[in-house]
Amino acid sequence: MSGLWNAFVELFDTRTIATIVAVSSPLLFASMGETISEKAGVINLSVDGSMMLSALAGFVVAFEFENVWLGFPAAAAVGVAVALIVAYGSIRLSLNQVAVGFVLFALCTELSRFLGSSYVGRQPEGVPAWDIPWLESIPFFGQVLFQQNLMVYLAILTVVATYFFMYRTRKGLELQGIGERPEAAHSRGIPVNRLRYFYTAVGGALIGIGGAAFTLDVKLGWSDRPTRNFGWIVLAIVIFGGWHPLRVAVGVLLFRTLEAYALNLIPEFPSLSQVLPSIPFPLMILALVIVNWKAVLAWLDRYPFLRAILRSDPPTAIGTRFEIN
Amino acid sequence: MSLELLDIHKHFGPVRANDGITITVQEGSLHGLLGENGAGKSTLMKVLSGFHSADSGRIVLDGREIKLANPDDAIEAGIGMLHQDPLVFLPFSVIDNFVLGSPGSARLDRKKAARELSELCERYGFNISPDTPARLLTVGERQQLEIIRLLWLGARVLILDEPTTGISADQRAKLFETLKALATEGMSVIFVSHKLEEVADLCERVTVMTRGKVVGEAELPVPPEQLVEMMFGQSIEIHDRDSVPLGTSHLAFDSVRTATGLLSEEPISLDVQSGEVIGIAGMEGSGQDAFLRLCCGMRTPKEGTVSIGGKDMTGKHYRDYLAADVKYLPAGRLEEGLIEGLTITEHFVLTGEKQSFFVDWNAARERAVEQIEHYTIKGTEASTAESLSGGNQQRVLLAMLPPELTVLLMEHPTRGLDIESADWVWEQLLARRQQGTSILFASADLDELLRYSDRILVFFSGRVIGELDANNTNVEEIGMLIGGRRAPSSGSVSS
Amino acid sequence: MTSNRLLYALIPAGVVVVAAFGLLLAAGTNGFEPIKLIVEGSIGWPPFEEGTSSKVGDTVMVWVPIALASAGLIVTFNAGMWNIGIEGQIIMGAIFAAFVAREVSVSRPLLIALIILAGAVGGMLWGLLVGVLRTAGGVNEIFGGLGLDFVAASITTYLIIDPWSRTGVASTSGTDPFPDEALLPSLEGTRLSPLAIVITLVAIAGIWLLFRGTLYGLKLKAVGRNRPSSFLMGIPTNRYLLGAFVICGALAGIAGTSQAIGFHFRLIPAISGNYGFLAILVVLLARFRAFWVIPISFFFAMIAVGSSQLQLRLDVNSALGGVLQGTLVLSAMFGLGWAAHRFRKQAEAGAEST
Ligand SMILES: Nc1ncnc2c1ncn2[C@@H]1O[C@H](COP(=O)(O)OP(=O)(O)O)[C@@H](O)[C@H]1O
Ligand SMILES: [Mg+2]
Repeated sequence: MSGLWNAFVELFDTRTIATIVAVSSPLLFASMGETISEKAGVINLSVDGSMMLSALAGFVVAFEFENVWLGFPAAAAVGVAVALIVAYGSIRLSLNQVAVGFVLFALCTELSRFLGSSYVGRQPEGVPAWDIPWLESIPFFGQVLFQQNLMVYLAILTVVATYFFMYRTRKGLELQGIGERPEAAHSRGIPVNRLRYFYTAVGGALIGIGGAAFTLDVKLGWSDRPTRNFGWIVLAIVIFGGWHPLRVAVGVLLFRTLEAYALNLIPEFPSLSQVLPSIPFPLMILALVIVNWKAVLAWLDRYPFLRAILRSDPPTAIGTRFEIN
Repeated sequence: MSLELLDIHKHFGPVRANDGITITVQEGSLHGLLGENGAGKSTLMKVLSGFHSADSGRIVLDGREIKLANPDDAIEAGIGMLHQDPLVFLPFSVIDNFVLGSPGSARLDRKKAARELSELCERYGFNISPDTPARLLTVGERQQLEIIRLLWLGARVLILDEPTTGISADQRAKLFETLKALATEGMSVIFVSHKLEEVADLCERVTVMTRGKVVGEAELPVPPEQLVEMMFGQSIEIHDRDSVPLGTSHLAFDSVRTATGLLSEEPISLDVQSGEVIGIAGMEGSGQDAFLRLCCGMRTPKEGTVSIGGKDMTGKHYRDYLAADVKYLPAGRLEEGLIEGLTITEHFVLTGEKQSFFVDWNAARERAVEQIEHYTIKGTEASTAESLSGGNQQRVLLAMLPPELTVLLMEHPTRGLDIESADWVWEQLLARRQQGTSILFASADLDELLRYSDRILVFFSGRVIGELDANNTNVEEIGMLIGGRRAPSSGSVSS
Repeated sequence: MTSNRLLYALIPAGVVVVAAFGLLLAAGTNGFEPIKLIVEGSIGWPPFEEGTSSKVGDTVMVWVPIALASAGLIVTFNAGMWNIGIEGQIIMGAIFAAFVAREVSVSRPLLIALIILAGAVGGMLWGLLVGVLRTAGGVNEIFGGLGLDFVAASITTYLIIDPWSRTGVASTSGTDPFPDEALLPSLEGTRLSPLAIVITLVAIAGIWLLFRGTLYGLKLKAVGRNRPSSFLMGIPTNRYLLGAFVICGALAGIAGTSQAIGFHFRLIPAISGNYGFLAILVVLLARFRAFWVIPISFFFAMIAVGSSQLQLRLDVNSALGGVLQGTLVLSAMFGLGWAAHRFRKQAEAGAEST
């Protein structure tokens, strides 16, 4: 019991928290990407493969050109390409979104293994650390938020920008509209399908950048399937976060914290060393089960505020096609 | 603004929804567009508002031809449409609904928009608060929101598609008043309806459509018979209800109340006899749906008892009700009735009386062919549900009913059907009634309610506000009750 | 119109062939060489020559789990469910099978029967759990399934490292081999097990019959296509959904059993071989038709087994096999989607001109 508690207390170490923030950047980018895409009504189920392939693209470009910054646009381009295939398949050809996404997941994963095999073990230059003058010296927050690197800052900025865009701008409201009730958006002169392509592509770009943030920053270099399962976790966190950028970001941090906790527990339970790291994902599922349970729902209905925090409904038109003749 | 629609054609697959339509609307006038369900009115208006693009035809506004490739063009030209089902975003707030799609600065200024919304509300005497989620608004309020939004966007031609279905009598009076005021301000209003009286009440001119074509035009007022003749070819009269001797109790509610929401306030008591037809009236969402679901076990009451054929069924499962020959047919034929992708034969196998583990497809097909013939369904045994027209889907649904029925519960039995199919549906239902089946049906069509019911239950705001003897009431009285006002000289009977 | 129809059937096939060859050429091969190597590596070149029986046996025993899982997935797909939890169901089948194989000693036929039964039960329970999460917990089956995949994989690793660790060494490579009596009887010098083939073919035939001729299959289909309508027809929809997961889980469990006692002969961490996900691709390519599962999953098994030759002989990474599988399915989907799209447009234009 005390082991559980000690491992928990260790989490509150400033260094640990700073690390949690640092390693969250790939998931933050990708989950914002998926949130945008799903808010517009398109489920990009390929994230896991898409992230992997763009992680490779980012790494290879950065490695070959010996410039880490070139890696990110390359990764974004791959993410966009995959996202556009999903969008084209479902919008234009009326294929099942989930099916296309799943096949692309499998294909991209294999493609990354195939194309990346000769790069295994190579080391590129990573994203250099960059402390922000002045702010870095704020106690606690300085170390956690301002002694990181540009990609981490950008990840945080992406979360804030996504939130601001979605809820405070005209275009952001339109983005929500096309995922909520496309025929109503259409009747207001909003080009639903064109915007769906656009936002799926934007989402894909962020997913790609998330992949590269892993191979060029969090864990430098290429190995077999380095970002394995990240995409699936992103998909779950988007549900968990109720399609709200800030809550999704909290979900990412919570997930990474749980992971850190699980790692802290290994010295206590050495025999579970292989099992503990995979616990957080089932735990999130458990959380989803609990807030979906009928009895819990009925109870939550009595506390609208709590309900709004713990559970929210998906965009109504998510995963459906929109066609007007 | 004066407006001309010239030779508009629009088809959906084989359906010619608009088949060469020409209409002229004068500036500052209230123009009625009248026609049965399925006549093509909504399609025409969607073409005019850029929602659909026409296959061919021209639209001339103030003497200048305009091209409407999408709704943006129509908004630009000053044409705004209130759709039959108001196209609002239910989870969003009123103010977000108001600004969504409007031009302006990149950053949303909700405060400024809310001020403008309030001003417009005040001007037209509406009362909608900007922060309410739209899903909490009544249908009437959703319409008001849309109308104000369209005016705010600068609409000068306002289209209202069947705006009176689902709103209360009060709201309707208010709406008509507003429309008249707008017309005097120079606005052209196109008022779409399938109800004669409303068009006669409100409009100055009327165009009548049938089967995608214009069949008549008139300056109002004209005698109603003339309009009826235009709509139906000849005037119809309400034929006498043949009375069926009432028998035993088929469905009984004893002080039934649900736990929360609709129907939770006032307990309902009711006794429906064999062969009785009960009409259910009320605004959409006033509790009719919850009531029918209580009748078939899809919802369980918190208090009171429900019995079928004298047997207590309270708390039993839907399938137990089904076994007791209670059948429920909701309004959404392809959503809660038929199954997309399955053939007519497969539907009959699923609901057939004899169910064996292995399916004898040859026999099943033969039976399907027989049924198709017997119920004059336009389609083959291999047709999938979604390939059938609404009327034929309804025929399949009725053909799927078990031969013996104690209680039949139906929502909108004839909504969206052509007249021929609608008549046919009632023929079938009345035949069932002759066999002793009790029928409870919800409808928004007051004529239908009056014509076929023995008794009419009127729902308002989650309770039964009135129970009328259909032989002893009229459209006005039902209308008042639907709007929530108990009539002073109520002809209400309690059994 | 008929010539159009033919054209629209040929175009997807053309797209698939072009995509596959394009891929192989882009991979720096001459296009035919890798295919020949895959065939050679899986069933020999020329096929089924003498001395290839060991390879053929391996390929067949890869085909068995893929085909079994595909047969199961046809059921869940028809019920409208994305059973991504199939990986976990395969793994659980293998774990249950391993338990019986390690712990029980009875006469061989009875033991084999018990092991297969245990495997089926393991997969079934894991499938049922996904179904319960979905019907009672409101958790989308994709996420419930994935979560349970993770859990099943973790349990395997835990078992291998701790309670079932190899005698003497602590290793993550796998458990001790099972006793000989617990292994599927196979042809001399190969892994090929006639019993496994029979079970697989019977399962596929059963699934075919289920949807072809039984009311149960029809009701499953109805539930998958429209749950509210099915409910109103009096079909107990949740029970049918659970039924689909039970059937699929049981078949996946037998697939896992075959992996454990028919291929690896012990429990290893990656016991599922990713065949569950591969089976999803097979079923998408087979367009949910049971019969087509047989050849397609055999072809996929050939690629899975044969692509190791690519590494050895062409110095091309063996992941090319996986890329080829993905390309085939994706191009077939888009080819068919495109043809259907053109066909709709044509039909519409036809209706307009009449
Ligand atoms: N989007 C659509 N797709 C296919 N058919 C349609 C569509 N909209 C309307 N229809 C068909 O066109 C005909 C006219 O419908 P509508 O314009 O809605 O009639 P009304 O508004 O007069 O009741 C009907 O037969 C209807 O089924
Ligand atoms: Mg209409």
